[in-house]
Amino acid sequence: MSHILAYDFMRNAALAGTGIALAAGLAGYFVVLRNQVFTSDALGHVAFTSGLGALVGGVQLLAGVFGGTIAVALGMGGLGGRARGRDVAVGTVFAWVLGCGVLFLSLYSRGRSAAGGTAGVSLLFGSILGLRPAQAVTAAAAGVVISALLLLIARPLLFLSVDPDVAAARGVPATALSFGFLVLLGATVAEAVQAVGALLILGLLVMPAATAQRLTARPYLGLALSGVLAVLFVWAGLVLAFYLPYPASFLITTLAFATYLVSRWGWLW
Amino acid sequence: MAADPEPVLSFAAATAELGGRTVWRDVDLEIKAGEFVAVLGPNGAGKTTLIKCVLGLIPLARGRLTVFGRPVQRGSDRVGYLPQRRSFDADLRIRGVDLVRLGLDGADWGLPLPFARAKSARVAEVIRLVGAEAYARRPIGELSGGEQQRLLIAQALVAGARMLLLDEPLESLDLNNQQAISSLIRRICREHQVTVLLVAHDVNPILPFLDRVVYVAQGQVVSGRPEAVITTETLTRLYGAPVEVLRTSDGRLVVVGQQEPVSYHGHG
Repeated sequence: MSHILAYDFMRNAALAGTGIALAAGLAGYFVVLRNQVFTSDALGHVAFTSGLGALVGGVQLLAGVFGGTIAVALGMGGLGGRARGRDVAVGTVFAWVLGCGVLFLSLYSRGRSAAGGTAGVSLLFGSILGLRPAQAVTAAAAGVVISALLLLIARPLLFLSVDPDVAAARGVPATALSFGFLVLLGATVAEAVQAVGALLILGLLVMPAATAQRLTARPYLGLALSGVLAVLFVWAGLVLAFYLPYPASFLITTLAFATYLVSRWGWLW
Repeated sequence: MAADPEPVLSFAAATAELGGRTVWRDVDLEIKAGEFVAVLGPNGAGKTTLIKCVLGLIPLARGRLTVFGRPVQRGSDRVGYLPQRRSFDADLRIRGVDLVRLGLDGADWGLPLPFARAKSARVAEVIRLVGAEAYARRPIGELSGGEQQRLLIAQALVAGARMLLLDEPLESLDLNNQQAISSLIRRICREHQVTVLLVAHDVNPILPFLDRVVYVAQGQVVSGRPEAVITTETLTRLYGAPVEVLRTSDGRLVVVGQQEPVSYHGHG
């Protein structure tokens, strides 16, 4: 085990992966509880477009991704209050944002087609084994801050998610909390873009949380389990990727998916 | 009933507006401690608005509203609320006991401390009170409508409520559960002197328990003794449609619409 961490790229991957997974596991618990899986997927694509936009505009990549994703997350919160209307609103924004992504990709590729293609693919799927130390530290630090903020709002957010009317009557600041969570969700997606990519962050958000909710009906235990599972999947996936000729992202999502299937079967028995 | 001279709930010349439309106006209403009150009226008349005003969720456009002698305020521990709702999603994997606990400290920031004995004891106490011990640790989505309703009443009581605002707690329950839940509410009202305001479409299951009826219709709110309000003439006028009040052989009142019970009438 220790010789794996002797490599810089593995150390960077483990550091960034841990922070990202922890934040995604915790945020994902509420994503699943609040039926915001579609919103999360859409935010992944927003992060992709924001990244390309930053490249085209010459803005620092991470600043562009964070700024764009959080801004659209807030916009989505403002568009659709609840339930049915939300899907339509999110889908509408999502489709247009993807269109912008295509525009930015074509602008960026003009004159440097190879670089443009690489940038696009790396934003979509990430390159967890190709991170620079500074990128890894930034991702890990962002993950820790996001996780701490999620734990701070965990209880009222749980109340608001399962029982919105009573929560509002008991004094939970419903609107502020909903927007606050969307900001944290946007930040979770944004910090993950360089490492796991705009598409695969969805796996870390949804699968550990869905598994945790199958395994326990205790909310805070489920929240913790979701975070722990996400971190374990990333670690195990990285170790396997070191020995096997398959991409880390594939191994991580496969492990998470297999565990989810087992948790479902266990529950049906 | 407690002989409390101060009303626990008092509307004075109160008017509520929603989106510029007047829901009801110039309401004067006083409810005394320990009363079991039914809030009746056709759909859209403003029954839920009345409840939300008492919760401090909707401010009055004009007039005054005091709850326990003080100006209305959101999030009071002395007011318990059971909103109108269908049941929880079948796949909601949160235990009943966790939902009850959220009623106690769910608005606080951070995570709950793992060994908060006093709070756990209080949660266990209200779960015993509503008779939900057997299934309180199962996921709420797996429970029946009646079981969910008992746990939600426990949630409304857990912070120490002295007044319960129940918005159609009997809707979508079968007859057995309607009776079981309404006698539970009556027991809480009588034995613990908790004031109950219960919004209902079908008044029959709670008719024997009522101290007072509040009627919301046509922009007005009137209240009175059940025997004064539950009459063929008054109900027909308030609903604007034929309603008949009958007396059974053992002296109980039954309210019926022209062809169907009132519970269905309201959806017409």
